[in-house]
Amino acid sequence: MTTTANEPVLVPKFDDDYASRKLAIICSKGNLDMAYPGLVLANAALGEGVETHLFFTFWGFDMILKSRMHDLKFTPLGNTATHMPQGIGGLPGITAMATAKMKRQIAEIGVPEVPEFLEQIVASGGHLWACRMSADMMHIDESDLYEAVEGIISAADFIDKTQGAQLLFI
Amino acid sequence: MPVTTIAQRDVHVDAEGFLTEYAEWDEQLAVQLASNIGIDLTDEHWKVIRFLRADFRDHGATPTLRRVTVAGSVPTKRLFELFPKKPAKKMAYIAGLPKPQGCV
Repeated sequence: MTTTANEPVLVPKFDDDYASRKLAIICSKGNLDMAYPGLVLANAALGEGVETHLFFTFWGFDMILKSRMHDLKFTPLGNTATHMPQGIGGLPGITAMATAKMKRQIAEIGVPEVPEFLEQIVASGGHLWACRMSADMMHIDESDLYEAVEGIISAADFIDKTQGAQLLFI
Repeated sequence: MPVTTIAQRDVHVDAEGFLTEYAEWDEQLAVQLASNIGIDLTDEHWKVIRFLRADFRDHGATPTLRRVTVAGSVPTKRLFELFPKKPAKKMAYIAGLPKPQGCV
């Protein structure tokens, strides 16, 4: 390597203190639009070398239930940000139409559907955990869950596993 | 725009050290760039680097990890093994391209 005497080669700092950074994301929603923020942020954190844990609880179980993870929905009902008259949101077929449109928009920018996104997160080293209380309430066991979920654990266990982590509740 | 000297030649880089001129890169330079960040390039690394170069040339953007997996046919898990910790940025750096802009 040639370097001028007093000018060191400019090299990006890839191995900074991220090595010790941890992120915990609690996914508590089962709507299509509320599934993505956690997935996108988890994926981004993993790409930066941050140890990342996702904890699925309550309606967030829809993201990891084999029977539902392919079929999350979006409704404009109760969501003023769609800027549609609220009465329309409750009409038959509107949820299906809005869901199809959102799925198309997500696909158009090259972002995968929820199951494939989880697969990518796991391949990137992400950890998936399911909430014990939610599982008990809904009579769900490991056989109902996406295979890559590492376990059904208590809230206390999750807190223990994510010691020192930054935490997001979604 | 800073200029730094890598493999005995002056190249244009951004403030972090990523090359800014597509044409200033060649494979000899890549070997030195990889060495700067502690990576010895194997055939598997080269497959990824060449995909990045071609994809940037054809589409004008540095491919994200997902794109390298989907369009470049290299599993995500393998990318993390080949370019540990921050694969997307490390691949871009060695390929002489800007950091990827896409979120996913």
